[in-house]
Amino acid sequence: MTATPDPVPSPELLGTRIAATDWTDAVRAAGQLLVDAGRCTTGYVEAMQDAVRDLGPYMVVAPGVAMPHARPESGVLAPGVAIVTLASPVAFGHAANDPVDLVIAFAAIDKDAHLATLQRIVSLIQDDATLGALRSAPDETTAAAILRDHHDPALNPSRSQQ
Amino acid sequence: MKIATVCGMGFGTSMMLAMQVRDILADEGVQASVDPVDLGSFKSMQADVVIAPRDMESQVTAGPAEHVVLIDNLVDRDEVSSKVLELLRSLAD
Repeated sequence: MTATPDPVPSPELLGTRIAATDWTDAVRAAGQLLVDAGRCTTGYVEAMQDAVRDLGPYMVVAPGVAMPHARPESGVLAPGVAIVTLASPVAFGHAANDPVDLVIAFAAIDKDAHLATLQRIVSLIQDDATLGALRSAPDETTAAAILRDHHDPALNPSRSQQ
Repeated sequence: MKIATVCGMGFGTSMMLAMQVRDILADEGVQASVDPVDLGSFKSMQADVVIAPRDMESQVTAGPAEHVVLIDNLVDRDEVSSKVLELLRSLAD
């Protein structure tokens, strides 16, 4: 049966103000969160880096936002999304959307669950107010709270709709 | 009409594009199939239109689709929508 998509990324899959020297380091930082949470192998993290290297930086999907991923068979153990904000932006080599300060790495297995996850990622990236708050979040707990508000605004009616 | 959304693996970016393009076409009442595919599959498929990240311009323009739409911001509904609608208008002329 279909794997249940991750609900909101839990705090262990969030990293804030991470120091990354370059894009490979930024992908590794997000990938390591997935590895530590048992969602993928280190081989999958390398596959994400290889994908950017071999296929090009098109995974920088929006200004400042990279969405590294690789194929399920490259070492996904369980579905997961890791979100990392960078202390200083890094260049991925994208003509329009560099530099990147937000990295959303995902590991996917099941197609239907994956689509739901992608939809959530798209809606997150389209929400400028949430992205802005996430980028200035000082720590993982704050970032987790921001994501909870984004995904379930009904739980926080005081949050103004942008 | 057959539309392919293309990315390197056919698993992330192309699916994000496909979801948005399907919504836009549904809003316009346009009948079309929208298939997310990887670059290798695209080269050997039949498609009238290809929609892809601008970074993949050289790879997709060499492909089988007559019409090429290139997107900079892959989650910008306004950009995707205006470029898709512009294409539909040009096809209707």
